[in-house]
Amino acid sequence: MPAVSLHGITKRFPGVVANDGVEFEAAEGEVHALLGENGAGKSTLSNILTGLYRPDEGTVELYGERVEFDSPRDALDAGICMVHQHFRLVPPFTVAENVILGDHRGEGGRFLVNPRHIERRVAELGERYRIAVDPRARVWQLSLGEQQRVEILKALYREAKILILDEPTAVLTPQEAESLFVTLRAMADEGRTVIFISHKLHEVTAVADRVTVLRGGKTVATVGTADATPQSLASLMVGREVDVATRVPREMTIGDAVLELEGVGATGDRGAEALHDVSLTVRSGEIVAVAGVAGNGQRELAETITGMRPTTTGRIVVGGKALKGGDSREAIHAGIAHVPEDRLHTGVAPSLSIASNTVLKSYRGTHIARGPMLRLGAIKERALHLISSYDVRTSGPNVPARQLSGGNLQKVVLGREFSGEPRVLIAASPTRGLDVSAIETVHRYIREGATGGMGIILISEDLDEILALADRIVVMYEGRIVGELDAETATKDAMGLLMAGVTEPVA
Amino acid sequence: MIRVERRLEQPRWLSLAVPIGSLVVAFVAMTIVLLVTGHDPFTTFRRLFDSAFLGSAELNATFVSATPLLFTGLCAAVAFRMQLFNIGGEGQLYVGAIFAAAAALLVSGVPTVVAIPVMIAMGALGGALFALIPAVLRAFFKTNEIIVSLMLNYVAALVLNYLIFDSLSYWRDTSSPEAKVFPQGKTLPDAASWPLSHIGGLELPFGLLLGLVIAGVVWVLYSRTRFGFEVQVIGDSPRAASYAGMRTRRKILAVMALSGAIAGIGGASQDGDVRHLLDARGLSAAGYGYAGIVVAALARYNPFAVALVAFLLGGIQNAGYTLQGADFPSGLVGVMQGLILFCALGGELLIRHRIRFERRRPAESVA
Repeated sequence: MPAVSLHGITKRFPGVVANDGVEFEAAEGEVHALLGENGAGKSTLSNILTGLYRPDEGTVELYGERVEFDSPRDALDAGICMVHQHFRLVPPFTVAENVILGDHRGEGGRFLVNPRHIERRVAELGERYRIAVDPRARVWQLSLGEQQRVEILKALYREAKILILDEPTAVLTPQEAESLFVTLRAMADEGRTVIFISHKLHEVTAVADRVTVLRGGKTVATVGTADATPQSLASLMVGREVDVATRVPREMTIGDAVLELEGVGATGDRGAEALHDVSLTVRSGEIVAVAGVAGNGQRELAETITGMRPTTTGRIVVGGKALKGGDSREAIHAGIAHVPEDRLHTGVAPSLSIASNTVLKSYRGTHIARGPMLRLGAIKERALHLISSYDVRTSGPNVPARQLSGGNLQKVVLGREFSGEPRVLIAASPTRGLDVSAIETVHRYIREGATGGMGIILISEDLDEILALADRIVVMYEGRIVGELDAETATKDAMGLLMAGVTEPVA
Repeated sequence: MIRVERRLEQPRWLSLAVPIGSLVVAFVAMTIVLLVTGHDPFTTFRRLFDSAFLGSAELNATFVSATPLLFTGLCAAVAFRMQLFNIGGEGQLYVGAIFAAAAALLVSGVPTVVAIPVMIAMGALGGALFALIPAVLRAFFKTNEIIVSLMLNYVAALVLNYLIFDSLSYWRDTSSPEAKVFPQGKTLPDAASWPLSHIGGLELPFGLLLGLVIAGVVWVLYSRTRFGFEVQVIGDSPRAASYAGMRTRRKILAVMALSGAIAGIGGASQDGDVRHLLDARGLSAAGYGYAGIVVAALARYNPFAVALVAFLLGGIQNAGYTLQGADFPSGLVGVMQGLILFCALGGELLIRHRIRFERRRPAESVA
């Protein structure tokens, strides 16, 4: 008898069928991966399983018994826990406090809580599953990897029988990911069911027992990972043969330096030093990848180069001319394009139309504005041009940007950034959360940009992506550049060690 | 079981159906209140409509009540559009009224065509300067503009009272016999009286027309210009604005100054259209600035809708004065106005959310 069994699940939203008769089964004691492009219905399905949505049709069975959830609490009570990609933790609270948050049955349901009990239990669980975290630490003090452990501890504390993880490795080093997999395996061995949502095909084949692939809201197949390869899974996902981020030889004409950082320093949001003495040169036609675990200064690096964050030391030189720094308008005029990490709230103004977002940076120019007035006709024309030349799937230029899928939104951002004919492109996690075919498209545009003579900095945590695109790789750790590798000879292990801050060769 | 869900789409018909539905609910609730208190609902409602919207004298009174709400409503809408919560319309209106009254007294002897523009300009200047205090603090020191602008309302109210009641200021009337009995402002010269436009049997105050023109200007500014584009982006996502190289700090100063200037012109209109002196007591009793926030919220920050809502609320306010009497306590008028506002704001929820009624199935069992 399967632990989870979803049968004929259909969920419609206005204009979209997100799940169309989905079949899904996961057994007790297995790690089951859920794979699919964005918009394939993975999030909808996990939202149904966690009680956030009710299916329009179909049934949910747990251990052979039919259930209907009215709220996430019902699902929690039934033993289903989810670790979201963006953690649901309260930063000023301690680990122990976060663990009992929303727990209304055990210790957390009491009027007076005895923190010792919880702390002891959290410590015990941490030790047993090798995910120890100091129960008294405040969550904001923890690294992202540790915060994820808190989420898992929360599920273990509640004695979750079914654990769903949404892209859990996005914030981890390869080594941390490895140890997460060990924990997940241990949980499965105890008879729990682990449902693992991922885009990274290598991980899926490494950790899961079986994989269910969704496409277009329907179940395509459930296969055992023993019989699957990343290539076979990718083609199931998109319905055709796809290259999984493999290296494509590219005609390279490396030119003069277009961007030079000389001893650049900057402070982070909390006022602590986030960049320390970063020196880096990017030449025309070159793709330089910046690898590192999230939170080691990559975001600050992108923001500093693009003028969103002032420099405290050093200087930034574009095309031979030094910038004042700390002024994004200056950076834009100097020819620095930026595909930001947070594409929905930084890359676009989400409630405004695609048309407005097309001219987000160029609205001051004479093509778009006549004196103080905007030329609405010209804006619409430009948006239509972008939509057709970048193949943005949407019903029109007046659709709010937030209604676009991740891939289409990224096309809008890329199209806009390329339209200014920039000299330098800073692309921060440009494919995070995108589906395989969208990743392919984004990679193609980045390669074309380099071929066209741009100097490109690619900031990414996805080592496959870096190996597929980069000409040179630098690794950041705690705000410094700790190493540089040639992309032709670099290995993931070498990068992983640098990403973990190990600069001395280990025996 | 009742569930409130966020709407994924907001159909157009809703933006008409919900306000009307809200009004119906308000009147049903009011019927109950009236029956309980022993009044005849039908007659009361008829008197309400009669004294607000039917008949030219009643409409004229409604126009007068609506004019300040139009200004303070626009003041709030202009700032709120950029997520800049200027709660200081009240104080900015006072300062505008003080500046405009001073201007009118200073230039006495000049013809009306000169006096009115001077009053408008000075009112706008006063309101803008006063609004720049929270704006500068917000832009350069990241203080919360809600708290600063709110507190400044009290400062402005105290200054206004001081000028008329506690000092022998330039604005205070120290000569006329009435002023010896009760302190009051100097009467403004005749040239500073704003004209009424006669259309049919209706009399439109000059301030109302001016407010409508400003509503039109605001609409063009916010939907057709670079300035408005920046305001929209900053209001939607400050990070996207900074990413796009927009000067957020300058925009905060400009938008707050514009917002304050509109409230200040509202103050000038009070001097010129209605009161013809710096009326400390009358202005502080009216609470136009706070009512303007409600107007802007109901109008969903759309300048034309602000005009419409100001007219409706002005009518209700005006009817309140007529209704209350020996057999109809003023508290009941307040209840009525409150119910209408309450239902209108509740209706807002329905535009953004939908309510689903679901029957709990008996088969439901949770392991």
